[in-house]
Amino acid sequence: MQSATKPEPQPSAEAQPEDRLLAVSRGFEVEAEVHESVAAERPVLEIDRFNLWYGSKQALHRITMPIPNNKVTALVGPSGCGKSTLLRSVNRLNDLVQSVRITGDMRLNGDSIYDPRMDVIELRKRMGMVFQKPNPFPMSIYENVVYALRIDGESNRGVLDEVCEISLRGAALWDEVKDRLHDSALGLSGGQQQRLCIARAIAAEPEVLLLDEPCSALDPIATGKIEDLIQELRGRYSVLMVTHNMQQASRTSDYTAFMYLGRLIEYGATTDIFTKPVLRETEAYVTGRFG
Amino acid sequence: MSSDRQRPRRLRSVHSALAAQGEPWVWLTAGSLGTAIAMIVGLLALIAIRGAATFWPVPLEQIELTDGRRLLGEVTEQEVAEPATADNVGHPARMLIRTAAFAETGSRFEWVDEAAIAETSRPEWATVVERLEGGRLHGVPRRLVHGETTVAEGPAAVWDAYQREHPPARRRWREAMRIDRVDRGELQRQLRAARLAVVEARLETAAESEPVTAAEEAEAAVQADVAAASRRLDEETAALREQNAGWVVEFETASGGTTSVPLDGIVRAWQPNRLGLAGKAGVYLARWGEFLSDDPREANSAGGVFPAIWGTVVMTLIMAILVAPFGVLAALYLREYASSGPITSAVRVAINNLAGVPSIVYGAFGLGFFCYGLGAGIDEVFFKASLAADNQPVFGTGGLLWASLTLALLTLPVVIVATEEALAAVPNSMREGSYACGAGKWQTIRRIVLPRALPGIMTGLILAMARGAGEVAPLMLVGVKKLALELPVDGSFPYVHPEREFMHLAYLIYDVGFQSPDSQAAQPMVFTITFLLVAIIAILNIAAIWLRSRLRKRYAAHQF
Repeated sequence: MQSATKPEPQPSAEAQPEDRLLAVSRGFEVEAEVHESVAAERPVLEIDRFNLWYGSKQALHRITMPIPNNKVTALVGPSGCGKSTLLRSVNRLNDLVQSVRITGDMRLNGDSIYDPRMDVIELRKRMGMVFQKPNPFPMSIYENVVYALRIDGESNRGVLDEVCEISLRGAALWDEVKDRLHDSALGLSGGQQQRLCIARAIAAEPEVLLLDEPCSALDPIATGKIEDLIQELRGRYSVLMVTHNMQQASRTSDYTAFMYLGRLIEYGATTDIFTKPVLRETEAYVTGRFG
Repeated sequence: MSSDRQRPRRLRSVHSALAAQGEPWVWLTAGSLGTAIAMIVGLLALIAIRGAATFWPVPLEQIELTDGRRLLGEVTEQEVAEPATADNVGHPARMLIRTAAFAETGSRFEWVDEAAIAETSRPEWATVVERLEGGRLHGVPRRLVHGETTVAEGPAAVWDAYQREHPPARRRWREAMRIDRVDRGELQRQLRAARLAVVEARLETAAESEPVTAAEEAEAAVQADVAAASRRLDEETAALREQNAGWVVEFETASGGTTSVPLDGIVRAWQPNRLGLAGKAGVYLARWGEFLSDDPREANSAGGVFPAIWGTVVMTLIMAILVAPFGVLAALYLREYASSGPITSAVRVAINNLAGVPSIVYGAFGLGFFCYGLGAGIDEVFFKASLAADNQPVFGTGGLLWASLTLALLTLPVVIVATEEALAAVPNSMREGSYACGAGKWQTIRRIVLPRALPGIMTGLILAMARGAGEVAPLMLVGVKKLALELPVDGSFPYVHPEREFMHLAYLIYDVGFQSPDSQAAQPMVFTITFLLVAIIAILNIAAIWLRSRLRKRYAAHQF
């Protein structure tokens, strides 16, 4: 399978550079620095030697990382390093892209995600996802929240009402919209729309919540509210979050993974990554001296 | 970069600044838009003004010429003198008079040299008479006669008596007409049905078998019934006509002669020179009422156009109902399911090209495929008796259904292209959001994509309706007729007759304007029918646009 891919820049005769990022950019394979604190947690999701190609271009290289249960894990790294691709691989949204090819596997609570017998639709029902730009559906607030239940054929008004309220409270949006649940969701502000999307994602009680730069299209106040919300979700949901914002990662996450050019470079508890990372390269990135 | 910076920057001349700002282009583009708007507004204004003015009563002028002749008519056109040139004979200052004196002079219009006019006046009692047959008549009422007796004499007395006697006479005439058309038509249908039953029985079994005999007996019974009913109808109509017989109005025409018109042969009469504004408005509205609600008379050049309005509207609606599901489903497959590749592109190009095929080609296809193919097949299976009895096809000829189907085919590319564009405009983030919630493909399309694309789909449908409603060429082949008074929906079983031929306003424009024996008299009618067609298309579109704006409000607050 790999023979078909465009040859990566081959490691030349010269020695592997000391700097790991430089080594990666020259095509050397480097081992990820995974802290022991990660391994001590019970994982909800295990990413196991995962490779992904867009056509002939390899976007993810042998990613192996466990995602701890009921913790917030942040993926950081410069643009194009594969954070979003990794996230979209978890719920197999990349299946919709025709040229994508993968090897390796992921396991959600022990079930192989890329098992050919796995029903993708059932799989996606076990996860929730929130995108960069708020994407409320063109329907009422209420129908947005209970969308996942509706497509399952749930029509019991009592159940729907209950799920709607619980989810909106969970997304800290209930007090703002409880009087206009049946108005169009597109009338909400950007920040409210994004919290609505979070409510929609948690309505089906997902095992993992995937957040793809949930604040990148929002103003600072709306961002603050979403960050507060992520803090509240911590402990109840397993959250895997992509972010460009180092402060956001340090404020909201329990664990942080640093990725570069499709490789996992360092992965550990957020406090360790931001205060005493093992690698100089990670320190340079998280303190803003690089990237 | 650095090399770019070192290159000296050229100073701009006045002209280059002008070119950069593009002032002339602003003028050019604005001028083009202005011209386009002016042309469209001009066209619509011409149609609206001339179309709306047709029914307004114009004063009757009595013109005495220097050679002693007298004319009575409406001035319809005036021209200033035009000197003769090398390639034009030229003419003096002149006016076109609608004399309506066909019986006497052989023409209904006459050009009059203004220099030859000795005197003009507006006689108080000059009357315009719209006759059932023979077109208009201009004259002064002289006598109202009933048989041998003179009921009234002199304009005022005749007019009084006319107003008293005319409505009941017209009512009786209309009732007799109704009996002839509707009741007798029903009897004819019963006869035909009985005859077809016999033919059908003969087709199925031997000539002397029991079913045939039974059918023949039934036919005989029906024939007896019909004969009895027919005699009764004869008596009724004869009584009605007897009452109307002998009532005649005599008019004195401009040349001094007398023209007699049966009372029930007068559709409407008015005296424009006596009418005030309210009276004129009354005549105007009454003529509009007749135009909108009545059947046509006199080779479509007079009377109403109701069957054509009905045909246009119903055909357009059926077309929209047929084309919408086909177009939307086809576009859904193309955009949402078909994997992109050379075949999909080829199909897409082919559909775009279909939109450019001349409409007459669709007409020929509709005639060949729907009428002679499908229709003949239906006749072969379900209407064998009708074919065997008098070789008369039912579905195997043009009709409302086939015309609607042909136009649906014609407008299909428009709907497919518009729907595809509307589907493509649905942001992918919506689809991904739905998939991420665990929705399947069809659930996503039905719950997210289609509602979001609906306004765009409606736009396509509006365009298709606008195109289809004004189409004539294909319709001439698949079911539009010059005259078809039996509407495809009526009181006779099974009430809906989609196989019937119908009338259409756009075809009526062609027919009245270019096939009429008296084109000058028909000209105002052409404008009126055009005005009506444009108005109907506008109304259909406005209804669809209103529906679309409601859908937009429902599915999106402010994001479109």
